[in-house]
Amino acid sequence: MTTTDVKGSENAGDPAANEAVGHAAGAAPVAAQTALDDVETTAAPELEEENLTLPGQEVSAAHAASNRGARKRSFEVSDHEVPKSDVEEWRFTPLRRFAPLFQDVATDDREGDAAVDYQVTVPEGAPEISTLAPGEAPRGTVLVPEDLAAAVASARTAQALHLVAAKNVAYDEPFRVDVTGRGAERRANAHIVLEAKESSSATFVLNHAGSAQYAQNVEIIVGDNAQMTVITLHDWDDDAVHIATHHARVGRDATLKHVAVTLGGSAVRLNSIGEYAATGGEIEKLGLYFSDENQFFENRLFIDHSAPRCTSNVAYKGALQGKNARSVWVGDVLIRKEAEGTNTYELNRNLLLTEGARADSVPNLEIETGEIEGAGHAAATGRFDDEQLFYLRARGIDEIEARRLVVRGFFAEIIQQIDVPEIRERLSASIEGELARSMS
Amino acid sequence: MSILEIKNLHASVETPEGTKAILKGVDLTIKAGETHAIMGPNGSGKSTLAYAVAGHPKYQITEGEVLLDGEDVLAMSVDERARAGLFLAMQYPVEVPGVTVSNFLRTAKTAIDGEAPALRTWVKDMKGAMADLKMDPVFAERNVNEGFSGGEKKRHEILQMQLLKPSIAILDETDSGLDVDALRVVSEGVNRVKENSEVGIMLITHYTRILQYVKPDFVHVFVNGRIAEQGGPELAERLEAEGYDRFLVGA
Repeated sequence: MTTTDVKGSENAGDPAANEAVGHAAGAAPVAAQTALDDVETTAAPELEEENLTLPGQEVSAAHAASNRGARKRSFEVSDHEVPKSDVEEWRFTPLRRFAPLFQDVATDDREGDAAVDYQVTVPEGAPEISTLAPGEAPRGTVLVPEDLAAAVASARTAQALHLVAAKNVAYDEPFRVDVTGRGAERRANAHIVLEAKESSSATFVLNHAGSAQYAQNVEIIVGDNAQMTVITLHDWDDDAVHIATHHARVGRDATLKHVAVTLGGSAVRLNSIGEYAATGGEIEKLGLYFSDENQFFENRLFIDHSAPRCTSNVAYKGALQGKNARSVWVGDVLIRKEAEGTNTYELNRNLLLTEGARADSVPNLEIETGEIEGAGHAAATGRFDDEQLFYLRARGIDEIEARRLVVRGFFAEIIQQIDVPEIRERLSASIEGELARSMS
Repeated sequence: MSILEIKNLHASVETPEGTKAILKGVDLTIKAGETHAIMGPNGSGKSTLAYAVAGHPKYQITEGEVLLDGEDVLAMSVDERARAGLFLAMQYPVEVPGVTVSNFLRTAKTAIDGEAPALRTWVKDMKGAMADLKMDPVFAERNVNEGFSGGEKKRHEILQMQLLKPSIAILDETDSGLDVDALRVVSEGVNRVKENSEVGIMLITHYTRILQYVKPDFVHVFVNGRIAEQGGPELAERLEAEGYDRFLVGA
């Protein structure tokens, strides 16, 4: 049985705020699909507009090449072009702000003064921290760079940090990597490999603070029957820029819960990819972001259903406040021909708390087989609701408390699913802090 | 003993066609323990009166005053009015995703009373009030008004009135769209609050049906932004027989 629930793409907010994007400014989400226009759009205009393709349609060569899974991957830096905003992948991104990360330069480590400091803690009894050289498996078996920043990060990292949860072991405490940038003008590259061996159960937390120009790859290997949680927190100072690629492969009957939280930084872009090595895998990708004045946060997701009977569930929620606060969410799901019995759903919701903020939200669903259980997506961007505020205030609740209730309520669905109490509390506190700033 | 005095109240709203006057000199006094039915045809401004007194930002007060126990209500913010003892049961209660009914009620109760309610008695009060209104206990864990039926939303409004114990309550078309069973439950809820407190009630309605359950002490006919006629319960019976036509001719 096939069900599709398509609500299409949305964007909302101040169109002028989009000027930072260069000539992609003001482009409707559908415009990015112009590369696909060789397809007979008159035949299925609605599907085109809603970024949905179904099997049985005429597919031109141009269209086939645009399949999200067909994007070129290579370790060679020279194989990747400097991003331009007329490419779908970069059309929302303020390229000038990210420019330092497109330069093929080494990490700016100085004598006794690393550009980025790493504090690593592993649970008691876990295998010792080790490193992997380029080409040393499992490094490079899952993550092959899709873009220039990722290729540079890979090529410029001589020894990748490698953290392992051992076979059949369940860890109560998380593995933690605290990444602290030592200066907004300092460039750093990183490649990190997180591995959960067969039937293990473990949580990995990456926490980013301070400031840097940071190009980072995170390679995630979920062994058969393992249960792995990866939480990445981007809590940078206001002048940090960060491009990250997370690429996960999930083994047979294994589960990955991936949580991406972005609260701080000048510009943060995450390309988060999940794929399946075998049947029975589950991927859950949760995200939360809170973009303030002049902050740009982009989340690009790709779930590659390449094996039968796997499930994926994506839920990202963002709040924006202040002039030129921006967010971009693009959720690509590809259900390949062989991925029969797939069940997938993706959701993105944005809450604009003030004028002058802008959120773009584009779900894309490509389905190459009719034999799926379910596939759906929803995206919506709304303004802070004055009627909600009036209702709460008419019950005696003052404006600040009322706004808090609404925003807390908005994020509750995501925060409740984060299994590390300390992070849940910290997030709640951070959100309170963000709100206090806007209402002072 | 509370008293709400509305004197010569004028209010307008901004529309694309310009400023539109809706309330054109309303005079109404509601004392503790009294129930005043405000009846009138659609578009007469009944709901505007409710929202203007509660402080909805959409309406500008252009003239007149509203006093609660002598205090200037119009100078207060929306939440200050509620804390001063005013309550508005809304015709279209708003959804608040992610905020549970129990959290919402406790937050509101804390705001109104100026201190958090004692946990044990509060939970008991809440459960008791929900049982009175024939609300399933699981309601407390649902998000405010999210996925509620029309009847559930109205019961939830009356639940709030019962728990927040206002001195003056304005019920804006609480009876509209309810079936007989739901109307009975909601009306019993209102009567319970009347019995157990000195609440003064402004009962805004389009239909006479609710007046079979909630007995008004005074009936006011509201036409074209002001009160056109007032009397006792017998006026409602006359409206039932004659309709509003008599008032609309001159309007």
